Amino acid sequence: MLIYILKRLVYVTPVAFGVSLVCFLLVHLAPGDALSAVLPADATQETINEMKAAYGFDKPLPVQYLIWLWHVLHGDLGTSIATGRPVLGEVTRAVINSLILASVATVIGFTFGTLFGFVAGYHRNSVADRAASALSVFGVSVPHYWLGMVLVIVFSATLGWLPPTGAGPDGSGNWRPDFDHLRYLILPAVTMSVIPTGIIARTVRALVADILAQDFVEALRAKGMDEFGVFKHVVRNAAPTALAIMGLQLGYLLGGSILVETVFAWPGTGFLLNAAIFQRDLPLLQGSILVLAMFFVVLNLLVDVMQTALDPRIERA
Amino acid sequence: MTAPITAASMALDGGVLSAGDAAPEAAFVPSRGFWGHVGHRLVRDPVAMGAGALILLVVLIAILAPWITPMDPYKGSMLRRLKHVGDATYWLGSDELGRDMISRLMLGARLSLFIGVTPVLIAFVIGSAIGILAGYVGGWLNTILMRTIDVFFAFPSVLLAIALSGALGAGIFNSIVSLTCVFVPQIARVAESVTTGIRKRDYIDAAKLSGASPLTIMRVQVLGNVVGPIFVYATSLISVSMILASGLSFLGLGVRPPEPEWGLMLNTLRTAIYANPVVAALPGVCIFIVSIAFNLFSDGLRAAMEIRQ
Amino acid sequence: MSVIPSAPDPFARDRGGPAQPLLSVSGLYKHFPVRKAGGKKQVVRAVDGVDFDVLKGETLGIVGESGCGKSTTAKLLMGLIERDSGSLLYDGQAVGERVMPWRSYRRQVQMVFQDSYASLNPRMTVEQSIAFGPKVNGVSGREAVERARALLARVGLEPKRFAGRYPHEISGGQRQRVNIARSLALEPRLVLLDEAVSALDKSVEAQVLNLLLDLKAEFGLTYIFISHDLNVVRFISDRVMVMYLGRVSEIGPSDTVLDAPAHPYTEALLASMPSLDPDNRTQAALLQGDPPNPIDPPSGCRFHPRCTLAEPICSEKEPPLDTVGPLHRVSCLARQPGSGHSAAPARALAA
Repeated sequence: MLIYILKRLVYVTPVAFGVSLVCFLLVHLAPGDALSAVLPADATQETINEMKAAYGFDKPLPVQYLIWLWHVLHGDLGTSIATGRPVLGEVTRAVINSLILASVATVIGFTFGTLFGFVAGYHRNSVADRAASALSVFGVSVPHYWLGMVLVIVFSATLGWLPPTGAGPDGSGNWRPDFDHLRYLILPAVTMSVIPTGIIARTVRALVADILAQDFVEALRAKGMDEFGVFKHVVRNAAPTALAIMGLQLGYLLGGSILVETVFAWPGTGFLLNAAIFQRDLPLLQGSILVLAMFFVVLNLLVDVMQTALDPRIERA
Repeated sequence: MTAPITAASMALDGGVLSAGDAAPEAAFVPSRGFWGHVGHRLVRDPVAMGAGALILLVVLIAILAPWITPMDPYKGSMLRRLKHVGDATYWLGSDELGRDMISRLMLGARLSLFIGVTPVLIAFVIGSAIGILAGYVGGWLNTILMRTIDVFFAFPSVLLAIALSGALGAGIFNSIVSLTCVFVPQIARVAESVTTGIRKRDYIDAAKLSGASPLTIMRVQVLGNVVGPIFVYATSLISVSMILASGLSFLGLGVRPPEPEWGLMLNTLRTAIYANPVVAALPGVCIFIVSIAFNLFSDGLRAAMEIRQ
Repeated sequence: MSVIPSAPDPFARDRGGPAQPLLSVSGLYKHFPVRKAGGKKQVVRAVDGVDFDVLKGETLGIVGESGCGKSTTAKLLMGLIERDSGSLLYDGQAVGERVMPWRSYRRQVQMVFQDSYASLNPRMTVEQSIAFGPKVNGVSGREAVERARALLARVGLEPKRFAGRYPHEISGGQRQRVNIARSLALEPRLVLLDEAVSALDKSVEAQVLNLLLDLKAEFGLTYIFISHDLNVVRFISDRVMVMYLGRVSEIGPSDTVLDAPAHPYTEALLASMPSLDPDNRTQAALLQGDPPNPIDPPSGCRFHPRCTLAEPICSEKEPPLDTVGPLHRVSCLARQPGSGHSAAPARALAA
């Protein structure tokens, strides 16, 4: 098992480097000068050159990459051009907020997804199955940012039960787990949970239906095992894949939260990304993308290892 | 020595032998061909047919939009802003600049469908090429190609799309490019896995034994078998693409005003959700409906393509 | 008289006369590397030194348990897998060399696989599958289709009914007939049948076997028939080759090998076949010990851990494949004169 983990780590390293390279190149794709957002329009060539040197933009690209990589590995993600604060700090705060949102959304999605999935898988082709399937198609087809808007319209604008935007009553960038802040979490989390619900429901439905169709289930029943016992077996068999999907969904939500966070002005990485793009704040953009992508890579690794640990059929060699 | 094989050399009574292990169907039914079978099954699936009809309708509207809109989609009137649904002149209301919603939604179908479907189409061609090549040739080429693709898989799709769009800037062309980049790895992966599965089949071995060149085998034997599953997968991506594409416009990264596009319309109407919530939500309804239709059709297609033994 | 218009095929005609074997295999080796985390590099010795000849016009049956290397041998003979070492001569000509490249060889030798469904392209009609080979070799489309139809008729499938069918629309026996028809499309002289009837119902199997015999007589074919079913092999083969753990343990005329086997393994195989005669029930299994492991085969004679005749010398010395009778060769120390085994016969018979 340990060897498997080591092997996966070895495998992940070139991918991680590739990711960092893509992140680096991404922002250098950008047409237009990175500094144009910071410099006044009538800046002299001298000033421009000075700024370029200060930010290191005057060196050849591969050298810039290596310098940047060196800094990154030492925990220095550069300084935001717009705010002047270290990128790492900004991103860390934002990541925590996004994580909170994504985790809650994933848990909701997993709960309801497995519920629907199990119901549908157990009662194939019944009304319940159709309903569950319909719900999961709904989940993957709905534009979640639109759903967010609709929920805001219904619960905020019309009914006034829940606040429309922000993470806290004082508009702060930090979310604390107390009742006040909870109200702010509900709408964004529910909005975000719709897609994972749909995907998990679909997957679990297929899994459960497959497992129930297998001979060993018939054998268990023939031996006289009660339905709950069979259920436990089904859960054991479905668990590795279902959990793996949940892990991946967490990753997707974390990385893809920008749209929902924009609708709700939730101070997470997505929101930060949005700001960075429009302010053309390259260091911030680079830093945020890198952190998010790395999170995803690590998450994938964890999911892989967990799945191997849980599923005895996967070869550990 | 080998004798020439002709029909005249048939010594056995064809009737006796074939009756002994007769196929289940007794009557002689002309074979429909693979796609014929798929079509036959698809037509009997009411959900898929309904979804398909809806898609056709939307496509039709999109194509004919410039000629069939009741009013000019670009002409606004500050006096007639944000009329509600059911208004005498503006049946589905008017937007924040007083433009008729029906007209804008109809014309918006064009751009929304275009930036939704085009990336998938392009990615289908490119991704299939990469994946089939990697799958068929195998070996080091496969490893190199797939590991490179893995790097792109390390990014969640939304993030990649937005990062690329953010880097390239707003605009329709840039959106299509960034979305294509998101979907190429996904399709390539599916293509590679399908092709690798097929490559190991006995009938490919049998084809090799006939002395055919690898290119011929790829063209005649492999392609027909892999294109189907890859195509079905690609159709399931269309709804994701549409949502992402409109999402980009929603963020201001895709289509630019005053072009009507459903995602962009959602963005510009956001400020109006207190004044006229229903109208503000309308573009999203359109995205939703088309997205569901594509998903249901794709599901139906997948079901119809399963060969029952 | 070949109808294929591309380069005239010098090998379609017999070259060396009846005494020259159609196929001559010697020193065939194939090892597959096995990836184990332990660090030790191991190999599966699938085919570990195989020599045999296939005579013109005969049916050579190859039998053995799973894992003995029969299928790997078949793939090596067809060139689907590259051999590690060993020579392959077709009618006296080395295969894969300049004079006889693989492409020419494949016009002479064809194969029928075990899985009738997996051997046919699910997206091509029966007719298209059969016509593919000729088309690729220069036959015109129309003629290829006509030939396909004629072949269908020849294997007992009415062309009008079956030509336009897809593999999933016909039964297993019918599919295997299609496979046979396809293998004949290029007018080969040698056909390799790898467990070709193993997956069929018994009644269908009998029909297909009879068909194979008829085709062989009509077209003057030579067969290599691989099977694990000793009854079928006895029915169809002229000579039989028994394989064990990647090597040949016995080879000879079928009657000799199957009625009076010389190798203890062959004896054990025959004895473990369930008997239909209530007075002659199969009692004890002659095979003792664990099934063999091709990664780490026993030293000396591979069969010695399970052999009732085993002696210490058997674990030291690997028995060569020696002649013990007319056209009958065995690799067992107990049957070879002067081998050191206590049961070995006194002195060599007239070779």
